Amino acid sequence: MNADIDHFSSTIRAAAESSLPLSIAGGGSKAFYGCPSTAQAKKLDVTPYRGVVDYEPTELVITARAGTPLVEIKSLLRENGQMLAFEPPHFSNASTLGGGIATGLSGPRRPYSGAVRDFMLGVRMLDGNGRDLHFGGQVMKNVAGYDVSRLMVGAMGTLGVLLEVSLKVLPLPAVERTLHLEMDESSAIAFMNRWAGKPLPISATGFTGNRLHIRLSGSESAVCAAQKQLGGDAFSEGGIFWKSLRDQTHDFFKPAMSLWRLSIKSTTPPLSFPDLHARQLIEWNGALRWLACDEECSGNATANSIRQAAKSAGGHATLFRSQNQAALRFQPLDSGLMCIHQRLKQKFDPAGILNPGRLYPEF
Amino acid sequence: MSPKDLINALRAFLPAEAVLHETEDLRPYECDGLSAYRKTPMIVVLPESEAQVARILQLCHATQTPLVARGAGTGLSGGALPHAEGILMSLAKLNQILEIDPLARTARVQPGVRNLAISDAAKPYGLYYAPDPSSQIACSIGGNVAENSGGVHCLKYGLTVHNILKLRLLTIDGEHHEIGGDGLDSPGFDLLALMTGSEGMLGIVTEITVKLMPIPEKAQLVMAAFDDIQKAGNAVANVIAAGIIPAGMEMMDKITIHAVEEFLHAGYDLNAQAILLCESDGTTEEVADEIERINAIMKTSGATSVSTSRDETERLRFWAGRKAAFPAAGRVSPDYYCMDGTIPRKHLATVLSGIETLSEEYGLRCMNVFHAGDGNLHPLILYDANTPGELEKTEEFGGKILEMCIQAGGTITGEHGVGMEKINQMCVQFKSSELDIFHGVKSAFDPQGLLNPGKAVPTLHRCAELGAMHVHSGSERFPDLPRF
Repeated sequence: MNADIDHFSSTIRAAAESSLPLSIAGGGSKAFYGCPSTAQAKKLDVTPYRGVVDYEPTELVITARAGTPLVEIKSLLRENGQMLAFEPPHFSNASTLGGGIATGLSGPRRPYSGAVRDFMLGVRMLDGNGRDLHFGGQVMKNVAGYDVSRLMVGAMGTLGVLLEVSLKVLPLPAVERTLHLEMDESSAIAFMNRWAGKPLPISATGFTGNRLHIRLSGSESAVCAAQKQLGGDAFSEGGIFWKSLRDQTHDFFKPAMSLWRLSIKSTTPPLSFPDLHARQLIEWNGALRWLACDEECSGNATANSIRQAAKSAGGHATLFRSQNQAALRFQPLDSGLMCIHQRLKQKFDPAGILNPGRLYPEF
Repeated sequence: MSPKDLINALRAFLPAEAVLHETEDLRPYECDGLSAYRKTPMIVVLPESEAQVARILQLCHATQTPLVARGAGTGLSGGALPHAEGILMSLAKLNQILEIDPLARTARVQPGVRNLAISDAAKPYGLYYAPDPSSQIACSIGGNVAENSGGVHCLKYGLTVHNILKLRLLTIDGEHHEIGGDGLDSPGFDLLALMTGSEGMLGIVTEITVKLMPIPEKAQLVMAAFDDIQKAGNAVANVIAAGIIPAGMEMMDKITIHAVEEFLHAGYDLNAQAILLCESDGTTEEVADEIERINAIMKTSGATSVSTSRDETERLRFWAGRKAAFPAAGRVSPDYYCMDGTIPRKHLATVLSGIETLSEEYGLRCMNVFHAGDGNLHPLILYDANTPGELEKTEEFGGKILEMCIQAGGTITGEHGVGMEKINQMCVQFKSSELDIFHGVKSAFDPQGLLNPGKAVPTLHRCAELGAMHVHSGSERFPDLPRF
């Protein structure tokens, strides 16, 4: 294992000396996400560095090497009655822990339990000089130094190569039950937000095709009591449904040419894009709106109008899937924030060799 | 620029009463909650608006004047200790709750708003702000962001970083940035996480959007006594192993139990070696289920007695003793010295027995209170500063406790922050390459190092002896505030 780290580190140092970029590769299941790697980038395969380093269920912490497949981690946790409560998507069985952290994507439970970054406790990583660094740790409370470990979440590998990650884990709920209710979009948005303000054991919401799905998680008594208050019918395919949202295998996602992800204020009324042939799916109490276009809708004018709508709603839009290699994927930053990003990049990766351009063309 | 010129420049855009420079006016600002560290600032400014904050920053930037931001001044690590050649900026007058959006479950507030005031304002909507640091009646939300404050409920509900959505940030050049958003994530790096707990080193926050949570229907507390601290530690692990995340889980050792019982008569078992307080909250049904299970676990874990709060009065009475641990320490000893380490819970018995050995070795008593759910340990070393050499012995003892925390895989500070006080221990916890990254982060926001200079991250050549929070009896600035 140390040989792997030495290899990664010497590869990074050599790349920095020759200014030849590296493309950090895990399982490759999210290679479509973010801007494409530059053509001349050399692949740095981190999957050999895998395996669980430390896991004690009663500490609520797991530490694993970044190349460990997410399915392996999830199955180990499940055997011990625990879970990754942010429900990371794995678009294939090859999806790795490192990829999950670097993309920072969270699943249906996110608004209730938290996002990947909320469960991040510590990292071991190599910076752009190949230095082996530890930040955070394996404890729940730690305010020594800046929160560099959370900074790695969603950085798309532009700040360092993740080696090991410590995450907080939570117990699996005793009971999970999904309800569904028929209603229109604007009623669904109001309904989800109203009930999110009540102390009920709701753990996911999803709206598609005039049907609102609500998942309840907790003790049998609490789930039953909540079910009575919410009404609706029990939905026996709940488990499959939430997994299909998480991993985007639901029919909604299948035929799309372009997929936009709008992360906005949850109470935003229904968004309408009359010029687009687009379908919508809503998660996270309305804070996540997916827009699937049957034809490519990543052109500049379209992208601008979608991004403007997201911005007006207090959020941002990501071109999640697209065939258009040239299109910007993430909402552009204003010049002040971009400047801070570039300075941070310069500190972590002075030669600019780690996944350049994967997040923004500027770095 | 001379102090006089700076004062004149500040008065050009601030009212006269918002620029303090006479010694007697500066005195109240010379320390924060950690009164062992004192320094008189050159000037204190009290802006009332973001525009004034921006002008102050621009002036500091242009004149290369150090600037220290201060909230309510309740911090315990000297993070708001003034700079003798700098300006201290109090954000206390930016104290407006700008908006509460009950449907979206958010509040938009200025940094000087008190933590508890947010929950009070949200209460009519059945909502509250979850992080509840012990000083919550006085501490400001801006200070909470700077320190990433927690509270006794943070195992279940998270720290400040988990409960904020958006910040308005001014960098030292006076430029305004929006960090985070009204949605649940934002594009680019997670600067919201980076800002949280950054101890006023990276920028000045002028507005915070916090998440509000529904107030749980019910809360109930189980109190269990143990004749062995290891058994109490095992009981904590057994609760977690049963799939329960308690709303709060606190432990006290024998010396603490005696100190608080004498002081408060909370009804604690004086024969116990350790007492565990375990709280459940949620819907009535959930709480009933969970309390029954916690009760059973305590018994099978070997508790010598287990009681469950019958009503809200009793729940608060059980809590009162725990919350009075710090004042109780002040009553049984002329001075006490509080540490703030976090350890993986499994090492609790080892660390506590290590502390006991050190206690005998140094001839100093030590009370231990423990946020058992999340591993945050507060040993209170009892000593007498009037006995020559005892303070030095105490500091050495404290340093060894922190070393044990690091050796056990923990950290030198769980929640009080590094500030000025633990600056030396940072060298023990981090390698120079890691400190180099921290300096890089600092310079990405504040290249000239004007914000809170000398705090939080030590320079690479400053690696010296360990230190810890030093509370001298009568010198703590907020003796009435609960500390736990």
